[in-house]
Amino acid sequence: MAVIPLERKPLTFAERTYLPQIAFGLKTTLRHLVTPKETLEYPEQRPEIPAGYRGVPTLVKDPNGREKCVSCQLCEFVCPPKAIRITPGEIAPDDPTAHVEKAPQEFEIDMLRCIYCGLCQEVCPEEAIWLQNQYTMSGYTRAEMVNNKERLYELGGTLPDDHFKWDKKKSAEEQGNAH
Amino acid sequence: MIQPAKPDLVTVNVDGKEIAVPKGTNVIEAARLVGVDVPHYCYHPKLSIVGNCRMCLIEMGMPAVDPATKQPVMDPATGKQKINWIPRPQIGCGTNASPGLHIRTNSPLVKDCREGVMEFLLINHPLDCPICDQAGECKLQEQATGYGRGYSRFIEQKNVKPKRTQLGPRVTLDDERCILCSRCIRFSKEIAKDDVLGFIDRGSYSTLTCFPGKQLENNYSLNTVDICPVGALTSTDFRFKMRVWFLKQTNSLDTETSVGANTVVWSREGAIYRITPRRNDEVNDTWMPDSGRIAFKQVAAPDRLKTSDALDVLIARAADLLKAGSVAVVGSGRSSVEEQFLTRKLAAAVKATVALVSRTGQGDNLLISADRNPNVRGALVTGLVATLPEAKLTALAAAIDAGQVKTVISVGEDLVAAGLTAAQLAKVSVIYLGTHANATSAAAKVVLPTLTVFEKSGSFVNQQFRIQKFSKAVPGLVGATDDLVVLSRLVAAAGGAAQPADLPGLWTLIAAEIPALAHAAHAKLPETGLLLDAAPWASLPFVEGETLHFKPAATAAVASSQ
Ligand code: SF4
Ligand code: SF4
Ligand code: SF4
Ligand code: FES
Repeated sequence: MAVIPLERKPLTFAERTYLPQIAFGLKTTLRHLVTPKETLEYPEQRPEIPAGYRGVPTLVKDPNGREKCVSCQLCEFVCPPKAIRITPGEIAPDDPTAHVEKAPQEFEIDMLRCIYCGLCQEVCPEEAIWLQNQYTMSGYTRAEMVNNKERLYELGGTLPDDHFKWDKKKSAEEQGNAH
Repeated sequence: MIQPAKPDLVTVNVDGKEIAVPKGTNVIEAARLVGVDVPHYCYHPKLSIVGNCRMCLIEMGMPAVDPATKQPVMDPATGKQKINWIPRPQIGCGTNASPGLHIRTNSPLVKDCREGVMEFLLINHPLDCPICDQAGECKLQEQATGYGRGYSRFIEQKNVKPKRTQLGPRVTLDDERCILCSRCIRFSKEIAKDDVLGFIDRGSYSTLTCFPGKQLENNYSLNTVDICPVGALTSTDFRFKMRVWFLKQTNSLDTETSVGANTVVWSREGAIYRITPRRNDEVNDTWMPDSGRIAFKQVAAPDRLKTSDALDVLIARAADLLKAGSVAVVGSGRSSVEEQFLTRKLAAAVKATVALVSRTGQGDNLLISADRNPNVRGALVTGLVATLPEAKLTALAAAIDAGQVKTVISVGEDLVAAGLTAAQLAKVSVIYLGTHANATSAAAKVVLPTLTVFEKSGSFVNQQFRIQKFSKAVPGLVGATDDLVVLSRLVAAAGGAAQPADLPGLWTLIAAEIPALAHAAHAKLPETGLLLDAAPWASLPFVEGETLHFKPAATAAVASSQ
């Protein structure tokens, strides 16, 4: 086995006094005394959430207050940890949105399972499920950690809509290319 | 398996692959045999060919022959006979195999044709996939993905047609989604013989509708839903219940009559959502009656029998009754072959004769036969009974009146419905094995809750003496026990030899004891069933009339003697 002897350089005088190193360390400390604070007084202070953040998945309504989810169950299918559970249902024929035909009767997302991957948002053909800004979920029981449909709409609120797909469909039905 | 070429076989060439097919096979089926998919909508193997969707366009050619000399024209480049390709595409569904026929399904022309047809079909098709029940099993989705151009050039307004029309009690129609393939019309006319559907208006305004004053309400209406390639016809019962991609498919049988139509049970997490037919060209083709599709509702019915007592306790109670002797057994034509075999063992152990209850109704010449018991022939084959069942249990009633019977074991048969009076029932102790509450279960001393056909596996012998198997689709109800377990425990309680309660064990025994069933073991049974020798029972006056793929032997004999 080859042995490579290393030669250690002797310390200079300045190094032996340790003073330059101490001064260098103090410089960093002093700089932080005057720069603005990085830490937040959580939970009173909350951080700014960057655009595109993937928080708790929520259900949203369109600006006219129509629930956008049509219970197509694609998110339930794509969700890797199987956190989503949907009971599909039919919209009553006398409802103003009866032409949409389908809406969830119940919609549950188990936040103990959700891994915040955002696949549900990506797959949704109706832009109805969004991972928004909320990042904390806590509860005392497992049941509390399951967001039901009511809670999901409460968390989700209303988002702007680019398409109004179903409103267009309805107006086409009313004065469209009928024979 | 390579079949030797028979005289009626013709050799065709599909995408360069030679295959011998029976004369009259169309190009779609011939291509299927070599594993080439020819997309199609209007063609259905069990319906007449109309050729109106144009999705199946292919290129065809015939070997060139010199018109003057009738000699084959050779292609110097390949040294083979030259192929004269027809310059325009042809429909595959309407083109039958002829000797030397050459087919191209992958040429640029065919690709262009398919893209063009898809584009036309999608022009007025609504963007309903998120709310459409057909999504996941929609031919339009599949073929738009497989053969479509991938983007839309249509910026005009789409046609508006009626949505959510009730065509009948069980079928909902969305006209915007209809691609006018006319499969439903042909089914109603040709198979159900109830001609109620037709197109009105022309061009892109063509609309499917029921004839005025008519409804699509025959007992086969839901088959139109199965064959509709898109989501235009949907089942009102299954509407918006569950997406099909979540459903597990289990092969089963329609138990409402002795036809034994092959079915698929679609379930998710122990709940059944729908039943559809399974193709069996010897039994039900691709059809099944509507009445058999709601059979799964019995699984979660509120009157299901269940118990919180341990099976041991119930069997001990039954054993006490059996010890007194004078037992009669009422078997069932609705039990599976395996259960009937164990019922026979039970009857032997308690030294009783077995009676069966017949159940008859009007046959419809299609898939409902007159015998409403699915497995009377199983009882004959297993030796449970030697004659056909009677509608009323008159012999048993007389024996009870004469005081010869102390205990009656009923395997799922309602004795009151079978003609015993309440007074007669009160004279005996009843041990009832069954799934649902009825007058007999109410009067029974011991009730042993058992499983429905969807919660267990087994086999039935249908009217053709075809033994077919069904498989467990959902787990059994809590508080009910598999019939085989209950029966084998009863045999043991009655002092008989221990019987296996699992299918493999039982079939070793059945194969050893019943030579006719030696090759019919449940595990090895083909999905389309196995024909048994009916000769030993040829003289019995079976009640069935003619149905699809079945001609009653007895009626033929009567007819010829007249
Ligand atoms: S974010 Fe991912 S894990 Fe959470 S519900 Fe959506 S798909 Fe499921
Ligand atoms: S994918 Fe969108 S529309 Fe479909 S069920 Fe989920 S949230 Fe509703
Ligand atoms: S309803 Fe369905 S089966 Fe009937 S013509 Fe239209 S697409 Fe074809
Ligand atoms: S399948 Fe051949 S034209 Fe429709």
